[in-house]
Amino acid sequence: MLQVSLYRYNPETDSEPFMQDLEVDTGGRDLMVLDVLEMIKASDPSVTFRRSCREGVCGSDGVNMNGKNGLACITPLSETVRNNKLVVRPLPGLPVVRDLVVDLELFYQQYEKIEPYLQNHNPAPAIERLQSPEERAKLDGLYECILCACCSTSCPSFWWNPERFIGPAGLLQSYRFLADSRDTATEERLAKLDDPYSVFRCHGIQNCVSVCPKGLNPTQAIGKVRNLLLQRAT
Amino acid sequence: MVTAVTNFGRSGVADWLVQRVGGVILLLWLCFAGAILLGNPDLGYQEWKAVFEATWVRIFSLAALLSLAAHAWVGLWCTLTDYITPRLIGAHANLLRGVLVLVCIATLFIYVVWGIQIIWGI
Repeated sequence: MLQVSLYRYNPETDSEPFMQDLEVDTGGRDLMVLDVLEMIKASDPSVTFRRSCREGVCGSDGVNMNGKNGLACITPLSETVRNNKLVVRPLPGLPVVRDLVVDLELFYQQYEKIEPYLQNHNPAPAIERLQSPEERAKLDGLYECILCACCSTSCPSFWWNPERFIGPAGLLQSYRFLADSRDTATEERLAKLDDPYSVFRCHGIQNCVSVCPKGLNPTQAIGKVRNLLLQRAT
Repeated sequence: MVTAVTNFGRSGVADWLVQRVGGVILLLWLCFAGAILLGNPDLGYQEWKAVFEATWVRIFSLAALLSLAAHAWVGLWCTLTDYITPRLIGAHANLLRGVLVLVCIATLFIYVVWGIQIIWGI
């Protein structure tokens, strides 16, 4: 029997959060953490968490498993369980709506700040804006982000200043548009990032890199944004 | 863009650059001072005084002192704005942080003036 410790909090009935200890019969199988959560929910429908695609594409079920953020649907028990114990908490640093569901408002506000859409001041061509294979290759490692928030909520700088520091997810997306040959708003984008908080609260501890379920490297992208800001300023 | 009135540079790039350039100057000065100390096991006050009588050593040491103060200021400002915030310790945080920022500025100012006095007084 797998020992599960689950973060529970219902603001309508609980005065404060608590950890609920449960035993789950996995039948010795190496299930995904999401499967375990589904088994718990089958016996207690009040257990609340987000989920959708169950294959690491939608980014809905980001949770903290045994101290490390990740997607419950693509995290096998063998990867996270130690001493037959699984501790599941909501993503840290954000307000809890209920149980494992967090309020992502601050996360999305930071994402909105970087204007995550292509901006081109030139007249639109008849068919499409073309890119060479080399220009397109610059977006690899950037466009794959699914905005699961695992990285930003593992970043202490984002915990301390979620209203001011854009966070690894937003900055990775920021560089995705700065690196795009079709985007002509580079100067405007960089001007909005040149303050002591938006980018420079990243101290390169790389928690974001270690938890990204898609294997992306936000720290590297932030370094490239910083280099662009440095080039612009000198 | 996020603005902060207590940040002198008002720019992340400026703060970042000051810390990096200051860090290199500090490293060079530490190598210089370390080489003198290690290269002269019987170093006394007279030998130390002779080294610091050279104007370039005084200017170099002043650059290191200012680098240390700038480095410390950026680091302390970052730390204070990380941990002394209404989010972490409540509504009185801004007032407390303001006081601590002033304490930091005053302390660094005193150390810089005192350091200049020492460098030119050896």
